[in-house]
Amino acid sequence: MQRKPMAITETVEQAGAPGSGATSRRRAGQALTWLGIAPFLIFALLFLILPTLQLMVGALQDAQGHFTLNNIARLFTDDILGAYWISFKVSFVSAAGGALIGLLLALAAIQGGLPGWIRPTLMTFSGVASNFAGVPLAFAFLATLGRIGLLTALLRQYLDFDLYGTGFSILSFTGLTLTYLYFQIPLMVLIVAPAIDGMKAEWREACESLGGGTWYFWWHVALPILFPSILGSALLLFANAFGAVATAYALTGSSLNIVPILLFAQIRGDVLHDQNLGYALALGMIVVTGLSNAGYIWLRSRAERGVA
Amino acid sequence: MAFLDIKQISKRFGTHTVVHDIDISIERGEFVTFLGPSGCGKTTVLRMIAGFEAPTTGAIHVGGHDITQQSPQKRGIGIVFQNYALFPNLNVEQNIGFGLKVRKLPRHDIAAKVAEVMKLVELTGKEAHYPHELSGGQRQRVALARALVVEPKILLLDEPLSALDARIRKNLREQIRDIQRRLQLTTVFVTHDQEEALTLSDRIYVMNQGRVEQHGSAEEIYTRPETEFVARFMGNYNLLKAAEAHQLLGMHIDGHMAIRPESIHVLATGSHELGTFEGVIRRHQLLGGVIRYQVESRGVQLLVDRLNRNAADLMPVGTSVRLQIHGDDMRVVR
Amino acid sequence: MKRTTSRIGAWVAIIVGSAYFLLPLAATFLFSLKMRRDALSFDAYKVVLTDPQFQATFSYSTLMAVLTIVTGILLVVPTAYWIQLKLPRLRGLVEFITLLPLVIPAIVIVFGYLKMYNSSALLPLTAHERSTDLLLVASYVTLSLPYLYRSIDTGLRAVDVRGLTEAAQSLGAGWGEILLRVIFPNVKSAILSGAFLTFAVVIGEFTMASLLNRPAFGPYLQLIGANRAYEPSALAIIAFLVTWASMGLIQVFAHNGRAKPKTA
Repeated sequence: MQRKPMAITETVEQAGAPGSGATSRRRAGQALTWLGIAPFLIFALLFLILPTLQLMVGALQDAQGHFTLNNIARLFTDDILGAYWISFKVSFVSAAGGALIGLLLALAAIQGGLPGWIRPTLMTFSGVASNFAGVPLAFAFLATLGRIGLLTALLRQYLDFDLYGTGFSILSFTGLTLTYLYFQIPLMVLIVAPAIDGMKAEWREACESLGGGTWYFWWHVALPILFPSILGSALLLFANAFGAVATAYALTGSSLNIVPILLFAQIRGDVLHDQNLGYALALGMIVVTGLSNAGYIWLRSRAERGVA
Repeated sequence: MAFLDIKQISKRFGTHTVVHDIDISIERGEFVTFLGPSGCGKTTVLRMIAGFEAPTTGAIHVGGHDITQQSPQKRGIGIVFQNYALFPNLNVEQNIGFGLKVRKLPRHDIAAKVAEVMKLVELTGKEAHYPHELSGGQRQRVALARALVVEPKILLLDEPLSALDARIRKNLREQIRDIQRRLQLTTVFVTHDQEEALTLSDRIYVMNQGRVEQHGSAEEIYTRPETEFVARFMGNYNLLKAAEAHQLLGMHIDGHMAIRPESIHVLATGSHELGTFEGVIRRHQLLGGVIRYQVESRGVQLLVDRLNRNAADLMPVGTSVRLQIHGDDMRVVR
Repeated sequence: MKRTTSRIGAWVAIIVGSAYFLLPLAATFLFSLKMRRDALSFDAYKVVLTDPQFQATFSYSTLMAVLTIVTGILLVVPTAYWIQLKLPRLRGLVEFITLLPLVIPAIVIVFGYLKMYNSSALLPLTAHERSTDLLLVASYVTLSLPYLYRSIDTGLRAVDVRGLTEAAQSLGAGWGEILLRVIFPNVKSAILSGAFLTFAVVIGEFTMASLLNRPAFGPYLQLIGANRAYEPSALAIIAFLVTWASMGLIQVFAHNGRAKPKTA
């Protein structure tokens, strides 16, 4: 009883526990304190944790409920591996591109010496654009770069350039990546802006006073400092793209074979007809997004330590 | 039994004991101060009275009822915090009326009581202001009014003046004392400032390391410290170790000898009264109405205060003086 | 000179970036006006806005969004408050849980629902329409947890939670009154920005609604996209305006929050 940590001792007063040290009342107080976050924990269990765990368990069971690794093994077929590979490529390219372009935009707005109104405008717009995903985004790109899209038409009419003649299609890997960039870039701007803000003007001044030029400063000071933030943000973008369904589905229907769409079709009962394989697909997605998020958290904590 | 009776309370956080078996009793209408350095446990005792912390052992009685197990909501004890803790979303009037609204009083009763207490703390006219629009002193008066308006059985003041600057602090502390007398309100005041404690309190509990070192009237605490800690904390006492006391005065004592600087008399040189001794001024310091000399005598350094009446009073460094200390101004402390 | 070149580079980046973001919007808008063969018109909007399906699905999604926001706030504010006040050592755990929806893709979460709450399960929530609505709201609350929790937790940190709670307690307020009269009003702007963000995310959400088979705006959008030519563009513009309005309102409320500093 003497060894109760502070937070628990504090709780006791709420339960109206006695001063003369009745342990049972004290325990009651502790229980009451936990009750305060019980609704949240129950909600998280019911609607987040248990459903996910059920899938994970399902991935390791056969239709009769016996343990098996067969579902996992069946992921390694050409069809499914191909889907993971395309998903990986789309996510990777849109994350890398989004991170690079987003970083440049954020740098330009924050450190580029531009008029003051640029930055808040960019941030607000990024807030909108990063949330403007899903079905409407697909429509916008179809209207722009689709076969009868406005840009496609303009290019043909004025520059005599047949975009689709080059093999381009908005329904392809390139088209999907281009579309994903629309929310990836602003997301990057939003995530990386605080890190750029954390760069002190004194660092640059110190570097210059010691004879270092602009390139020297970026290569030896700024990039090493920003690197964990940039890489971490890119991992977050990767996970973001990897789990996205709506944009791809509205854009390409089921014609592009990426994992979320495969899973979507599987749940809809269009293909596969095998629940447990579906669970294994889901498990694979969690592993991929989980790893990249873990990387993000690890890198972010390193970045915070570096700046502090 | 006293109005507020604290019996043998202690408080442990984990393995760390911050309050050791303290007894405190406070009469109705008394203004009592818990005085001590930060970390001495005074605020913890106050928070136990308010009900924010539960004592590990012991009991608290108010008006003969055991309130140890009561929740803070039901105790009817008002508290004013150092950082005001005003509700930022409410204006002055709403802040003060909060406790009355919780008690579901009719609206016009609330308005009347709020107006009355606002007059008491001299805030009339600030009803519609929000906390961030007020000065520190005004905020603290809102906090005071908010605690007073619900007519608490006991008012607790947790270093209410510490965040204010010196002039406002003096002003507000007189106001607090004035209101307390007028309302005959049982008040517990927590501070680390001995001057504040001395000017405000009927009685003082001097606390150190979770224990009460000494309690008594301001006069008693200041002139008759019982322990070395109290003597050090209350002022610029000369504290002589046993060996120094022997060297200077030829007395054998246990513990320390405490002598207030203003009780050491400086005699005209040449006088050879019994019990006087010789010294040389090593340094002096002007403290407004008082000049503080550092005098070396028989290898012992003493602080001696003299009134600063006119410029001719200042004795230069190196002057030889004769000093005299009356027997009842020498206190042996633990 | 160096400064000038870097400023030109910055301008180029911003202009190219703006072009990339504005071009599809402009193109979509123009496209949406082309329904009539001979002239630009708002016909596509007229068709869309008068479509009873549009009205029904949009109202349904709005209702779901509102329910999501109310549930989310009632769940998150007391939790974040309690964590700050009483259980700071559980902060890490709760934050981790609120970030999980960023790790677990929405499609996986809803797949989990379908497995856990199917009609033969212990809790067959998918068996009835109303209880499926409940499930949809729960899924949206889950999706919005990362934004909502972060926003409200940050708001609470700017307030002296402990001091205000103790002051209210000593004045006789119970937990309900403290939450309602002290905590909620003081994190109002944080709650509102979280709420609008949630609205923007939920209103056109597709995956959850589609797989739970509910008549929401997202699946309607998808259906129109698969079958019509000009209406999807009009819908995209409408959706963009809704997102823009939500974000704009966040700015407004965030600004109000700053104009009235919470220092007292």
